[in-house]
Amino acid sequence: MDFLTLSPVAFPEPLVELRHQVRAFLRDEITEGRITPHCDQWLAGWDPGFSRRLAERGWLGMAFPTEYGGSAAGALARFVVTEELLAAGAPVAAHWIADRQSGQALMKFGTEEQRKAFLPRIARGECFFAIGMSEPDTGSDLASVRTRGTRVDGGWVLNGTKLWTSGAHHAHAMIALIRTEELGESRHAGLTQVIVELPDPAVEVRPIRLLTGEHHFNEVVFQDTFVPDSRVLGKPGAGWKQVTSELALERSGPERILSTFPLLVVALRTIAEDGVDVDRARLGELVARLWALRRMSIAVAGRLEQGEDPATAAAIVKDLGTQFEGGLIDVVRMMVGIEPDLGSLYRLPRMLAEAVLHSPGFTLRGGTNEILRGIVAKAVGAS
Amino acid sequence: MSDITEALTQAVADACGRHPSSAGASGTVEWNVPLWSALDQIGITLLSVPEDRGGSDGDLVTAAAVLEILGEHSATVPFAETAMLAGWLLAECSAPIPAGPMTAAVAGPDVTLVEDAGGWVLNGELARVPWGRHADHLVLLVGRHVVTVHRDEVDLRPGANLAGEPRDDVALHRLAVPADRVHPLPADSAVDARLFAARGVVGRLAMMAGAARRSLEMSLAYASERHQFGRPIGGFQSVQQQVAAMAAEVLLCKVAAQSAAQALDSGADWELAVAAAKVSAGSAAGTVARIAHQVHGAIGFTDEHDLRRSTTRIWSWRDEFGSVGEWARELGTLAAAAGADGLWPLLTEGGARAVAG
Repeated sequence: MDFLTLSPVAFPEPLVELRHQVRAFLRDEITEGRITPHCDQWLAGWDPGFSRRLAERGWLGMAFPTEYGGSAAGALARFVVTEELLAAGAPVAAHWIADRQSGQALMKFGTEEQRKAFLPRIARGECFFAIGMSEPDTGSDLASVRTRGTRVDGGWVLNGTKLWTSGAHHAHAMIALIRTEELGESRHAGLTQVIVELPDPAVEVRPIRLLTGEHHFNEVVFQDTFVPDSRVLGKPGAGWKQVTSELALERSGPERILSTFPLLVVALRTIAEDGVDVDRARLGELVARLWALRRMSIAVAGRLEQGEDPATAAAIVKDLGTQFEGGLIDVVRMMVGIEPDLGSLYRLPRMLAEAVLHSPGFTLRGGTNEILRGIVAKAVGAS
Repeated sequence: MSDITEALTQAVADACGRHPSSAGASGTVEWNVPLWSALDQIGITLLSVPEDRGGSDGDLVTAAAVLEILGEHSATVPFAETAMLAGWLLAECSAPIPAGPMTAAVAGPDVTLVEDAGGWVLNGELARVPWGRHADHLVLLVGRHVVTVHRDEVDLRPGANLAGEPRDDVALHRLAVPADRVHPLPADSAVDARLFAARGVVGRLAMMAGAARRSLEMSLAYASERHQFGRPIGGFQSVQQQVAAMAAEVLLCKVAAQSAAQALDSGADWELAVAAAKVSAGSAAGTVARIAHQVHGAIGFTDEHDLRRSTTRIWSWRDEFGSVGEWARELGTLAAAAGADGLWPLLTEGGARAVAG
């Protein structure tokens, strides 16, 4: 029952100030028309200019030490900034992966040369990363990756295919999980993480369109792609351990709760303008659940800040949070009398359509909810 | 959790182990006198009362940690009523605090308190007073006065919640109360019916987090013991997924209770936190109880199985100090009033600052 030792965290005063700074900045960005709020912007909102404007204010690389161009502000400060961005529906996809996990992986496992090569550029909003984990036959069962790394003089030659690689067509690099030893007794042995710099003529990036027609996902094909030894991340063969240590970072953040929050904001605006009566109990229930999930997510961030790895609690936050993201859509549908319409001139039908059409992804990405519940069941000893 | 709180909760858990609260026949519970004495010995029956008033000056986060243990053990003692409510009301008006178990209630609009010949006269009725028959004293908030009444001075009509815990109706028939048992609240006191309910809610949420945890533990044990189709039912993925869903809601209950206690301790902007904790944990605990029974099958649904002690408490506690529905409507009203521009500030800053920002 270790996962129950989570303690509530209150934000210290400087972070309250930081929150107000971010909020004021976002208000300007929106009123001056530089950005427009949408749902699910950490997948869909690719805007390098906006990422750079955040970087100018020191709001990227907040978890990196200052010697690598970060602000060393810590996990809780980063939490405050990211949740303000998500709640406002700001376009954060470009820097999201690099800022959330690739940079931290480099901090944890990278060489000094790798850190110097990438972290300052990430913090300046000039270097974006993609995740190279899933493959055509590897989804939830991550240890079954088949992309091969063959040892050659001075490095590795990659052959294989990565799938669902968000943003690979724009990214400057991806961290790929590959098999560098024959499959032995332990499926978790012989896996290695490598940094593949993009674009590369030996890497083919093919679009896979979402059911909306949007292009975020890709199929990334390695055909004798050379990766020098200097771009191996951490130890060859230690890939599994390294990858799993990223998961708490990936699973417990506010992006697992707030993907559809901008829809609720727009719905409340429309309701107020039209003078519609809302079901107060239902709205209250929704807000209560959001409040509780946010407290849980913050409590996990507090443990991460102390250098711990609250993997079970993180899996729980993602399971409940992503269900909430979908549930919010249904509450809004009950509150308003409109049809979803991507082509509408009005914001609410458009945003409702975005939310509905993106909703299948919420409970799939970053580990399906069934896999997460399997992790939780194992942790509490139910299997 | 601090080392002191950890030592304290360990001591309370030990006391609960030494003096288990009996299940009782369904519909009734015995109040646990030995456990109460043990808690008194530990020195926490006035936990959230200031030291200069004879209490332990503990914050509500600490009280919540203790109540979680008591809830986990289905402990039949009026701890929340004495330590968080009655003791607190009396301390707020610097009144003497009697020894022994107490309970507390807010008098509704039909209860009157009028001055009469150097004393006071109290008249009216109170519904569903927790532990009324076992409390030596009943401490009432009547308008801006706090009144101490002895149990023998009132008429009790026994009632119970779903777990059989006493919830007694109390009749005050033109009861003469001497002036030294009627205490005006200081003009600057924050005490009111709303804050009373908020503290009551936090107490119940903490106990509910404990009961939810116990339901999970019992379900895990049962799933590993019970064999069907030649293996423990916990070996089936469908059961594992249910148990994981339950564990998630248990964690939510705990974080909600602790966060609401923390918000009340901070003294400002607690309205949103208490309402949101009440509504979210009230629903979450209901899910925990539902899955616990599903995992247990028919045996959990019987009088002879201990699961009912936790689940009947959850079903009662979630709607005490205001139903989940009432609090949800209030919270929805607060959210609708905050509107499109105010909802996020309300969530992140809880109230006053949100409006100012």
